[in-house]
Amino acid sequence: MMKFNQEKPAITVHDLNLHYADKQALRNISLQIPEKKVTSFIGPSGCGKSTLLRCFNRMNDLIDCCQVRGEILIDEQNIYHKSVNVADLRRKVGMVFQQPNPFPKSIYENVAYALRLQGIRNRLILDEVVEKSLRSAALWNEVKDQLDANALSLSGGQQQRLVIARAIAIEPEILLLDEPASALDPISTLKIEELIYELKQTYSIIIVTHNMQQAGRVSDYTAFMHMGELIEFSDTSTLFTNPQERQTEDYITGRYG
Amino acid sequence: MENFRTGKHISQQYNDELEEVKNHLLSMGGLVEQQLENASRALLEGDVKLAHEVYKEGSRVNALEKLIDEKSAQCLARRQPAAGDLRLIVTVIKAVSDIERVGDQAERLARFATQLAEHPRPKNNYHEVYQLARHVQQMFHDALDAFARVDEKLALSVIKEDDNVDYEYEAIMRQHITYMMEDPRSINSSLDVLWTIRALERVGDHACSICEYLIYLVKGQDIRHSEIE
Repeated sequence: MMKFNQEKPAITVHDLNLHYADKQALRNISLQIPEKKVTSFIGPSGCGKSTLLRCFNRMNDLIDCCQVRGEILIDEQNIYHKSVNVADLRRKVGMVFQQPNPFPKSIYENVAYALRLQGIRNRLILDEVVEKSLRSAALWNEVKDQLDANALSLSGGQQQRLVIARAIAIEPEILLLDEPASALDPISTLKIEELIYELKQTYSIIIVTHNMQQAGRVSDYTAFMHMGELIEFSDTSTLFTNPQERQTEDYITGRYG
Repeated sequence: MENFRTGKHISQQYNDELEEVKNHLLSMGGLVEQQLENASRALLEGDVKLAHEVYKEGSRVNALEKLIDEKSAQCLARRQPAAGDLRLIVTVIKAVSDIERVGDQAERLARFATQLAEHPRPKNNYHEVYQLARHVQQMFHDALDAFARVDEKLALSVIKEDDNVDYEYEAIMRQHITYMMEDPRSINSSLDVLWTIRALERVGDHACSICEYLIYLVKGQDIRHSEIE
């Protein structure tokens, strides 16, 4: 088990194995992800980092041939236990994807959507949550005068922050970010990174990224994965200055192993 | 992880750039080594002409220092090196200033060699000073050698050698204090000797620093200001 003793865990993974039909995508993964920190997963394409991320809110359930063995504990409960309600789980574990995917509705309705699903109709509460979420996502000042505008009229970087605002409107505990800045220009990327830094005071954040410099900039802990295995998991400064495994060193310095 | 290599990057150009920085550092070290050698011989032989050679090399050393700093900064900006590559660049940036200071000390030695050449020479021809000079020259040589061969064992032995240099330094100092008390006319030349051995002792310190950086490069551990097992 790779873990950090001084940190309280947000997620604990025990012996996780995952198969897509005959192909094994995750092998004996065990680790503890610390609470209210940023943890990044890096590794070459196909190493299983996105698959692991998607296990944390059971997005892999949507894939028919996907089989999961092992356990993932969030708040001391195994999220793969049959008593777990997946909708409740996803309320607790929000997710943001590489391509911003706002609904084709107004900016306001995008953020208020999940609250309306929960049956909240009170306009005052909705207004308050929308403003608070947009402020937390560092988007409020840019959109406060056009809340009724269609979300698709925003730039890519703004759309991504809107989607983050939508995710945090229902106050999850954990935020999963799958390549959240890969489709954005460098300035929008920096805004997202700054936002991640702000959000970790409130949420446990896990980010999958191909951009190693980004992992170095934003995360407290970094996990390096290769061929479905967790090779090394340590605090980010150590991993980028003095990795313990040859495979990690080869990857982060751009060498062929 | 104990490892250090400049090669095997997917980008051959990156391999070349790191190798180039490392080679520049070693050639700068070679120049300074020659300065040190010439300054020591100038001292022993009272050779003022040889002392002047030492100054002339100074500008080449300085030019290399600037070149290495520039290449290192470019590498940081353009490659964002990580792990062993990062430690190499950090090590080079630090080692380059120590090597440059050894060059400065060699120039001071050359100056004292010129001054001492004007005084009557003692019977032993400053043999004890020359011995100390040989000693720190060897340390500096081994430090560069350890760097070139990535030999952390050699680096450790250089660091351990520094105590012996300090003993020698103190012995010569006591000896010259005695001379000065016995015969005040020797104060002038003895003071020059004291400044000279001070410069030599500093060269030993710089050699140790370079070795400490090398151990950081290889092991990723900063052993400065700590006891060596």
